[in-house]
Amino acid sequence: MNHLSLIIKREYLTKVKNKSFLVMTILSPIIIIALIAVVAYLSQINNDKKRTISVLDESGLVKDVFENTENTTYNVLNNITLETAKTLVEANEEYGLLHISEEKNNDETLNLVKFYSNDSPSLSVITGLESKIEKKLTDIKLLQNGLDIETIKESKANITIDQESFTGEKTSKAGSIMKLAFGGIAGYLLFMFIIIYGNMIMRSVIEEKTSRIIEIIISSVKPMQLMLGKIIGTSLAGITQFVIWLILGSILMMVVTSIFGIDMTQVQSPQQELVQQAMSGQDTQAQAQLLYSEFMNMPILNLIIAFVLFFISGYLLYSSLYAAIGAAVDNETDTQQFLLPILMPLILAVYIGIFTVIEDPHGTVSTVFSFIPLTSPVVMLMRIPFGVPIWQQVVSLLLLVGTFVFTVWFAAKIYRVGILMYGKKPSYKELIKWIRY
Amino acid sequence: MSILLEANSVSKNFGDFKALNNVSISVPEGSIFGLLGPNGAGKTTLIRIINQITMPDTGSVILDGEALKPEHIKDIGYLPEERGLYKSMKVGEQALYLAQLKGLSKTEAKTRLKYWFERLEIGDWWNKKIQELSKGMAQKIQFVVTVLHEPKLLIFDEPFSGFDPINANLIKDEILRLRDNGATVIFSTHRMESVEELCDHIALLDKSNKILDGNLQDIKRQFKTNTYEVGISAADNNKLALELSNKFETFPSSFKTLNDELKLNIKLTDSNSANDLLSYLTTKGQVSHFVELIPSASDIFIKTVSNN
Repeated sequence: MNHLSLIIKREYLTKVKNKSFLVMTILSPIIIIALIAVVAYLSQINNDKKRTISVLDESGLVKDVFENTENTTYNVLNNITLETAKTLVEANEEYGLLHISEEKNNDETLNLVKFYSNDSPSLSVITGLESKIEKKLTDIKLLQNGLDIETIKESKANITIDQESFTGEKTSKAGSIMKLAFGGIAGYLLFMFIIIYGNMIMRSVIEEKTSRIIEIIISSVKPMQLMLGKIIGTSLAGITQFVIWLILGSILMMVVTSIFGIDMTQVQSPQQELVQQAMSGQDTQAQAQLLYSEFMNMPILNLIIAFVLFFISGYLLYSSLYAAIGAAVDNETDTQQFLLPILMPLILAVYIGIFTVIEDPHGTVSTVFSFIPLTSPVVMLMRIPFGVPIWQQVVSLLLLVGTFVFTVWFAAKIYRVGILMYGKKPSYKELIKWIRY
Repeated sequence: MSILLEANSVSKNFGDFKALNNVSISVPEGSIFGLLGPNGAGKTTLIRIINQITMPDTGSVILDGEALKPEHIKDIGYLPEERGLYKSMKVGEQALYLAQLKGLSKTEAKTRLKYWFERLEIGDWWNKKIQELSKGMAQKIQFVVTVLHEPKLLIFDEPFSGFDPINANLIKDEILRLRDNGATVIFSTHRMESVEELCDHIALLDKSNKILDGNLQDIKRQFKTNTYEVGISAADNNKLALELSNKFETFPSSFKTLNDELKLNIKLTDSNSANDLLSYLTTKGQVSHFVELIPSASDIFIKTVSNN
């Protein structure tokens, strides 16, 4: 067996057998699913809660707008004073008392509405009440001004713009959101992967330094081999963890849904709402068909190939830098100074992905940053679902791979010298000097 | 005696710092070669160059008649001064891993490890983690890993640090046994008493330069001062001391004896022989002690380095 595969095997097994790794692998999906379940369950309870609201309408204008719903019962009070109503509501442990005073202002419309309750009422209840009263009063005012409500309703127009490219490809807002989700997930996955497993590589390099085993190892293998072995072994462990998370997560999700009957869709993500908004007012059947055809029209093969290539080269680029940092310092507290310049482009890439690519996937900013090697993996992955010319992808990938080769060379230089340096934390100037050693 | 390892005018710079300046050494096959020098003299750099951890700027290293190449890794066993093991890995697994990195097959490595673990009476450590062992215990395992692949050349950098006297002796005997079985040993240390005990040849480095090398006996012969340590009892010791200091160059001496005799170091000039001195002394009193002063490795070390 050659050295590289030995090193990969050891790195992989040590990572996978590590107790905290095992705990993280098993517990993370359980905790996340449990959290989602709790939130879903709570919002379900919240929605199911029955409440009674008493209404004391002294003006008599709006008392007929309060219709009982599944969760809310309105109890319209008549001919009692506010004080009596308050004691009554409190004694019956009702949710609250809505009081509409008799006083009128110049506009002949009442201006004093109050809600009395034990605890501060929920925002949605108040908003609901407000809109009910508002609507009724608007109607009254419209009537007073001589406008017919039915005519106004009829004059309302509803517009959804159908999108089609010059080549005849139909797109929709919902489709764009779907593309965004694909790109976003891919880019975010890469970001997380780099942060979690890059750090793991760095720690494992530091561990070899602090345990002083490095010189024993390095007398048998080349530093380059050791570094690559570490990166590959740790990445394989990371992929294992990700796959376990995925499988365990889906199983748990199914179990939780079926056993507790909690509908996970109760917890709506903003994206889902966006899709729903975009879809509202359209024939859902046709919409679904359009979405499907758009999904099929997405450059799936391109997406998969690009994902694999950009993911691997982007990850290797960053992890070699992490390895170099690990080699340059003695302990984890010293890493901060060197981590910042690595994290900055990474975070920048994610921000550009979220704010700029959504706005304009082929604009100048998005395009430029999808070529710059340190940001290109994330930004390009987010752009590709919107259709990026192949030449751009190839150029960006070539730049990325070129930089990757350079950083591995650079990292190996630092690594080679750094692993045998103890004590003082090196400055950037010294790091540059090491390259010439 | 054939030469196993030869370094020819090796130089190495780290930036502006000169770590090695034109250093040449030759290590005879089957010898124990002491690589000596004060801290920062360049010993570790030279050793790392021999191990192909760092490359020399100029100069070459020849092992067994061939310029150093990656395949030579399996011919060298290296116990660095800064040494440790993976803390959370089990002893057996770790030893197997390191042995395989040196090119042994897994089964071969296992058999040899079993043999060595029994030999050093550490067989029941196989499933322990390094963090459960003491420093000395971990050192024993590092020693086993270093010699396991039976390399032609063994390099020990401060091998005895961290060992108690019993284990240090055990390791010393193992090193001698390995030498007797045909291995060549390069031995770097500050401890001059172990140099006396073990080394056949030495090279002394100071401030990146080699300032002395050769067979230890020859070097001692070079450094001897023709001085004899003398213990003698006479009727009047003070009078005798005065008399002797007029005739020879004398220095006060202190060595442990049972009697209350006159103790002196007497340096002979070229015209006198030891016999002349002895026969002269016997006429003056009762001679209880007469030894030629042989310079110790420590004396040579201090003298050469401070002269440099």
